[in-house]
Amino acid sequence: MDADTIIQTVNLTKRYGKQVAVDDLNLSVKEGEIFGFLGPNGAGKTTTLLMLLGLSQPSEGSASLYGLDPLRKATEVKRLVGYLPENVGFYEDLDAIQSLEYVANLNGINKEEALGKIDKLLELVGLKNDARKKINAFSRGMRQRLGIAEVIIKDPKILFLDEPTLGLDPEGAIWFMDFIASLNRDRKITVLLSSHNLSQVQKISHRVGIMINGKMVADGSMESLAREKFGVGDKEYSLEEIYMEYFQEV
Amino acid sequence: MQGLFVVFRKELCDHFSSYRFVILFGLIAMVSFITSYMAGVHMKENLEALSKTRFSFLMLFSTPGALFSMVQFVSFFGPLIGLVLGFDSINRERAQGTLIKLVSQPIYRDAVINGKFLAGVATISILLVSIVLVISGFGLALVGVVPGIEEIWRLFIYLIISIFYISLWLGVSILFSILFKSIATSSLASVALWIFLSFFVTLGAEVAANAIAPMDRKKETKPEILIKNTRIKERVSLSSPMVLYSKATEIIINPMRKTTGSIVMMMPMEQILSSRFQNPLPLGQSVIIVFPHMTALIAITLICFAISYLVFIKQEIRT
Ligand SMILES: Nc1ncnc2c1ncn2[C@@H]1O[C@H](COP(=O)(O)OP(=O)(O)O)[C@@H](O)[C@H]1O
Ligand SMILES: [Mg+2]
Repeated sequence: MDADTIIQTVNLTKRYGKQVAVDDLNLSVKEGEIFGFLGPNGAGKTTTLLMLLGLSQPSEGSASLYGLDPLRKATEVKRLVGYLPENVGFYEDLDAIQSLEYVANLNGINKEEALGKIDKLLELVGLKNDARKKINAFSRGMRQRLGIAEVIIKDPKILFLDEPTLGLDPEGAIWFMDFIASLNRDRKITVLLSSHNLSQVQKISHRVGIMINGKMVADGSMESLAREKFGVGDKEYSLEEIYMEYFQEV
Repeated sequence: MQGLFVVFRKELCDHFSSYRFVILFGLIAMVSFITSYMAGVHMKENLEALSKTRFSFLMLFSTPGALFSMVQFVSFFGPLIGLVLGFDSINRERAQGTLIKLVSQPIYRDAVINGKFLAGVATISILLVSIVLVISGFGLALVGVVPGIEEIWRLFIYLIISIFYISLWLGVSILFSILFKSIATSSLASVALWIFLSFFVTLGAEVAANAIAPMDRKKETKPEILIKNTRIKERVSLSSPMVLYSKATEIIINPMRKTTGSIVMMMPMEQILSSRFQNPLPLGQSVIIVFPHMTALIAITLICFAISYLVFIKQEIRT
């Protein structure tokens, strides 16, 4: 283990009854990296993120973030990690500012500081003009912008983004990926980004891992993966074949 | 603690700005108002004929006006307040995807459930206190009865018991909103349990009593059988929070009542009359009589909340 590895799982396994959602996962992510966590639907990406956050209890194995056990040091870990869930939800009758204020309060940010931060964040994500609109009038793209603003208001060291471009139009998806890249560049935030869209993720990721049926079948830079072959079940695939088999969006 | 307070404040705000609260408050305020108005008018006529009794102020709450007294009304429909405030508290957040956001913030998970429960309790307290104050003011203006110190104490205890009683149902509905993912299911389940425990248990008590100690309609029943029958009926019906509550509050509100056992229901006029011949129970004695009922109510409330708490803490939250 390198000194700058900050996210680590050891034989992490999650079973739901007989079904194995995450199978013996050994993952490590270095500080400052954008790690693309790829896999088709049902591969176990969300489950992995939940275990890393301490929201789901592993059946076997363990995880650590900055050396902290997410189950024992739940609040400390949640202070460090900003999590944007798949299909993030909002209190629909609040406006953008109220929603951000609530999250800021939950993070113990005092009122004045919060207001200053909210102002800057809304500017940053391009919601300045919609600040006083109720969230029930927000489009999917605006929701995702507000979602990421809520996540970074606590100044996290790590970001977990679960399928953040799902349902966005291409333009929105490009904006989002660029925004993540800029957060990583300017604020040195480590990013763990799950997606089933390989082409979007490969553009900004330093490293990607491919998960299929709960198993991490490949892990490395895009270029190195392109040259190798990986075992999935009984067969061997090249990255291109994996792509054709699992990641083609319908 | 900080998380708890933030959740508490948000929930309280939500309650007070929700339509359902306004409707509930309006409904309950209206009914209690009318009931005590009727009681007031009734008393005014009678009080002029008779000499003033002690504790006439409390009769504002305990005299059946049109159909039922204020106290009876709360014991019947108070639980609805608790149910309405809690039945969707967790599963709505789950459905709209805000629960996962909440529990991924750096707060203890119990802050979420504690905050919600306490906000409900606070809402219930504010509602009850304001209604009691309105009725009291009304009594002062209409009947001209002024509460004595002891009456204020009795009202205070009545309020505390009522808050626990309604919070019990808040706890039940929060528990169901944790257990059931669907809001329709959780609301139905809590209403069903309420109806069962409030109305069917008393029926069931009768059935059980008659099965174990049957009373013959034609022949004279032996006194032992009658006593046994009554005793079983009382024991079984004590498993209903409504029975527990109404017995406790009747004693507290009406100093002339000296037992929680079933005695012939007295009419208000008889109450006034009997007060001349018997002395009211001192407050301390009333409290001692209902102490078991109060403890039972409080214990059920706390158990209910504790179960919700444990289930919620252990639960996996994915959305
Ligand atoms: N609560 C649950 N009970 C049973 N199986 C579950 C549960 N949650 C997830 N799973 C299963 O675990 C697997 C992994 O799910 P998930 O982590 O959500 O995949 P992904 O996020 O990669 O699409 C899926 O096959 C899913 O059906
Ligand atoms: Mg997922």
